[in-house]
Amino acid sequence: MGHTDGPPQSVRPAGADSAPVLPSPVLSVRTLTKRFPGVVANDGISLDFHAGETHVLLGENGAGKSTLIGMLAGMLRPDAGEILVQGSPVRILTPRQSLDLGIGTVFQHMLLVPSLSVIENLMLGGPWWQRLARGAAYRRFAELSECLGISLDPDLPVGHLSLGQQQQVEILRALWRDTRVLILDEPTSMLTPQGVRDLSAVLCRLCSQGVAIVLVTHKLAEAYDLGDRVSVLRQGRLVGGIAADEHRGMTEAQMTDQVIAMMFDPAHAPMADERAILLGRGNVHAPSVRRGAAPCLEVRNISTMPRTAAHGLQGVSFDLRPGEVLGIAGVDGNGQKQLAEVIAGQRAPSSGTVLVGGKDVTQGDVAARRNAGIRYVTDDRLGEGTVGSLSVAINLLLKNVGAEPFWHRGIADWARIRQAARDDIQRHDIRTRSEQTLLAKLSGGNIQKVLLARELGKAEGDVKVIVFSKPTHGLDLHNAQLAHRRIRESAAAGRGIVLLSTDLDELLTLSDRIGVLFQGRLVGIVDNGPGAGAAIGRLMTGAVAA
Amino acid sequence: MNTTWRVLLPILLALLAGAVVLIFLGKDPLAYYGYVMERGIFSWGGLQETITRMAPLLLIAAGLIVAFRAGVWNLGGDGQYLLAAVVTAALAPALVEVMPRALTLVICMVIAFVVAAIWSLLPAFLRARYGINEIVTSLMMSFLGISLANVLVKLFFWDPTTTVPQTRTLAIADRLPRIFGSNIHIGILLALVVIILVHLLMTRTAFGLKLQIVGASPKAARHAGLKVGALTVVTFALSAGLIGLAAAVEILGVWGNVRADWNPAYGMLVVPLVFLARLNGLAVIGFTFFFSSLMIGGESAARRIGVPQDFVLLLMGLVLAFLALVEYLDHRRRQRLGA
Repeated sequence: MGHTDGPPQSVRPAGADSAPVLPSPVLSVRTLTKRFPGVVANDGISLDFHAGETHVLLGENGAGKSTLIGMLAGMLRPDAGEILVQGSPVRILTPRQSLDLGIGTVFQHMLLVPSLSVIENLMLGGPWWQRLARGAAYRRFAELSECLGISLDPDLPVGHLSLGQQQQVEILRALWRDTRVLILDEPTSMLTPQGVRDLSAVLCRLCSQGVAIVLVTHKLAEAYDLGDRVSVLRQGRLVGGIAADEHRGMTEAQMTDQVIAMMFDPAHAPMADERAILLGRGNVHAPSVRRGAAPCLEVRNISTMPRTAAHGLQGVSFDLRPGEVLGIAGVDGNGQKQLAEVIAGQRAPSSGTVLVGGKDVTQGDVAARRNAGIRYVTDDRLGEGTVGSLSVAINLLLKNVGAEPFWHRGIADWARIRQAARDDIQRHDIRTRSEQTLLAKLSGGNIQKVLLARELGKAEGDVKVIVFSKPTHGLDLHNAQLAHRRIRESAAAGRGIVLLSTDLDELLTLSDRIGVLFQGRLVGIVDNGPGAGAAIGRLMTGAVAA
Repeated sequence: MNTTWRVLLPILLALLAGAVVLIFLGKDPLAYYGYVMERGIFSWGGLQETITRMAPLLLIAAGLIVAFRAGVWNLGGDGQYLLAAVVTAALAPALVEVMPRALTLVICMVIAFVVAAIWSLLPAFLRARYGINEIVTSLMMSFLGISLANVLVKLFFWDPTTTVPQTRTLAIADRLPRIFGSNIHIGILLALVVIILVHLLMTRTAFGLKLQIVGASPKAARHAGLKVGALTVVTFALSAGLIGLAAAVEILGVWGNVRADWNPAYGMLVVPLVFLARLNGLAVIGFTFFFSSLMIGGESAARRIGVPQDFVLLLMGLVLAFLALVEYLDHRRRQRLGA
C-alpha cells in the first residue's frame, strides 16, 4: 500500500462534527484469548472501540493490557477469539498488516532510529523497491503536523529531539497511513506536565477528526482527564468499565472509587499508601530530615561531557542531609542518568567534586564509593542492574565479587554464597524457584527486590547515601508501594536519599525538596509543599532557566 | 533432548552427510571412515600422533575459552601462534647451547607466552579504550603476525646451512621429554593441566566470575564497579598467551624449527571445537580428541585412499551446520512446550 499518496480519509480537516453518535465500532475484539506458559494473559476479552472516542484501558502491570495491544498491533497472535475491523473479522499476523488495516500503535519504548532525521524515520517501512518519495513525505508531514498542531523540524536527527518530541514523531508515524485507530501504550510515562498537556491537546484534535484512540495506562487521574470511556482489566480478564455517558457525569473521586473496586480483588484492596500511588495525588509525606546535621553528601559544581541524545551536566551543586529525601525531577535525558552515575562512581566528572560525609571521594571508583557509604539502585534493572544469564545468588552479590567472606583469596565459597542468597530471598520475599534460578526468569517486581536486597540489605560498611533512579518504573502497585516504603524507611534511618524520577507525583509524595534538571543544569530546588508541583512543572520546561 | 544427544546427533548427521559426499566422489564411505578410525585411534602409532596433536589444540582451546567466556572474540590466534612459534624456534637452539635443557624449555615457553600476549595488546587496547570491534582488529593483526613471522624467518633467523628458509633446528634430544618411551611428549600433560586450571578459573574464582559478568553484560559490569577495560586487556593477553604456549609446545615437542610459509592455522580450527563444547573446559577435551583423531586419520587417508585432506574440514563444517540446526529445532520445540 502506498504510504505517501493521496490525502487520508480518516484524518479529516479540523472542524468536522465532534460529537460522536457512535455508529458501529471501528475496531472490536471478541472473546480474545492469549495464553503464555503458566498464565492466561488475556482471557476472553470482548471490547468495542469507536471512532472519535478515547477509550482508556486501565489495569495494573501484568493485567494484560500490553498483551491486548500486542495482538492488535500484530506483534502477538491470539490463541482464540477474533478481531473485527468495521465489523468484518481480520487476521493480524504482522505489524505491517496491522498498519494496513488502519491501526497505528505508539509503544511505550521509542522505536525510532536516533541517527536518522524525523522525515527519514517516517519514511521507513515503505516498500523497499520504491524510490524514497521525499516530496510527498514532506507534504504529508506538513499536513499531519498542521492537523495535530505540532511543530517539528523534519530534518533534525531524532536523537536530538526531546522525548516528548520523539513521541510526537511516533504518533506521526502511527498516523502516517490512513489510520483509523491510534493505540498509545503508557504515553505519558516520560512527559513533562507541559508535555502531557500537549499530548492531550493532540489527542483531542484527533478525536474530533474521528480517530478512535486506545489509551493504555495505569494512572487513574489520566483515565479521568483524557478518557471518554474506561475499561478495566485484571489478571487477563475484563472486569468492568465505565461507559462514555456515565463517565461524563462523574466526579473524579466517584470514578476512582469505582475503578479501584474493579482493579483489585476485594481481598487485596489497596491500602492508604497504595491508593496514594494509584491516584498519584495523595501526599502522605512525613519529613525525617535532620536539619542540624552535617550534610552526608555534597555535590560541588559537577560537570560531565555530553553524550549523544543526552545532556551533560553543567555545574550541578547541592547538599543532602541525613534523613533527607532530595527529589530530582526533569524529563528523561536531561542529565539524571549522568548525575546518578557520577554520585555512584560509574562516571568520572570532567570537573567538580563529590564529598561523602565531608570526605572527598571524587577520585574513587564504584567500590570506593560503596565503601564510603553510597548505594545506587538503578532504573535499568535488567540492562545494568543485573545479569539475566547468571543466577539470582550471583546477582545478589554482583557488587561484591571477590570480597570476603564469600570468596577467600579469590576462590569462591559456593556453599556460603548460596546460603546468603537463600537468606536474602527469604528476608526480601523474592519469588524464585531457587537461588540458582537464572535472574532473567524472575518477574520485574522480583528483579527490583533483588536490587533492593543488594543495595539496602545488611551490606558491608555504613550506608550514608542511597541514590534511587525511577524506583517504581514499570512495577505493579504492590512492588511500587514496597519501593516507596523502602525509601521512607531508609530516610527514617538517617540516610540521605537522592530520588531521581520522571514521575512528578512520586516526587511530591516522597521528597523534602525537589530539584529540577533541565539540559544538564540544576535549574532550581523547590521545598516540597503547596504549589511545589506547579513551580516544578515550570522549571521542567526551562521556563525559569537562566 | 539431553545434552549428550544435542552433541552426538550433529556429529552423526555430519558423518552421514559426509558419507553422501564420499559416494559422489566415488569413494567408499565405510572404507574411509574405517581407515580414519584405524589410523587415528586404533593403531598405536596413530593414537600417539593423535594425542600429540591434541596438546597444541587443547592449549589453544584453553585460550579461546578464557576469551570467549569474557565476551572477547580473539580471532587473531593464528598470528599469535605463528609469531610465538618463530620466536621459540629461533631462541631454543641458541639458548640450549648456554643453559640446561629444562631451563631452555621453560624460558622458551614463557617467552612464547609473552610474545603472543604482546601481539594481542593492540586489539585489546582498541576495544577497551574506544570500543572498536576486536573481531576485525584481531583478525587484521593475525594477518600482520603471519607475515611478520615469515619476515623474521627469512631475514633474521634463516639457518645459513639450509637452502629453504627455515630457522635452526632444535636437536631431538633437546626437545620436550617423551612419556614412558612413547612418542608422546609431555606437552599433552601440560595442556591437560592448563585446561583444567582454566576450567577451575572460570567456575571457582572471583576472577573467572568477573570475566563472565563482563562477557554477559559490560553495562552491568561497569555498574558493579568492575574495571571492564583492564579485564578486557588481561583476558586478551591471557588468551593470546595460552595460544603462544600452544605454539611453543608444538615447536619444542614436535617440529624443532619453523619453515617460512608454514601455517597450520590451528587457531581457526579450534574455534568450532570450543563452541561445540559450549565453552566448557572439560567437554572440550573430548572434542579435541575426536577432531585430532580425524585430522591424523584424515592425513593418512588422504595418502592412502586419495580423499583430499581438506575433507576433514568439510566434516567439521558439517558438524557445525548440523549443530546449529539441532540447536534451532530444539529451541523451537522448547518454545512450543513452553518450558
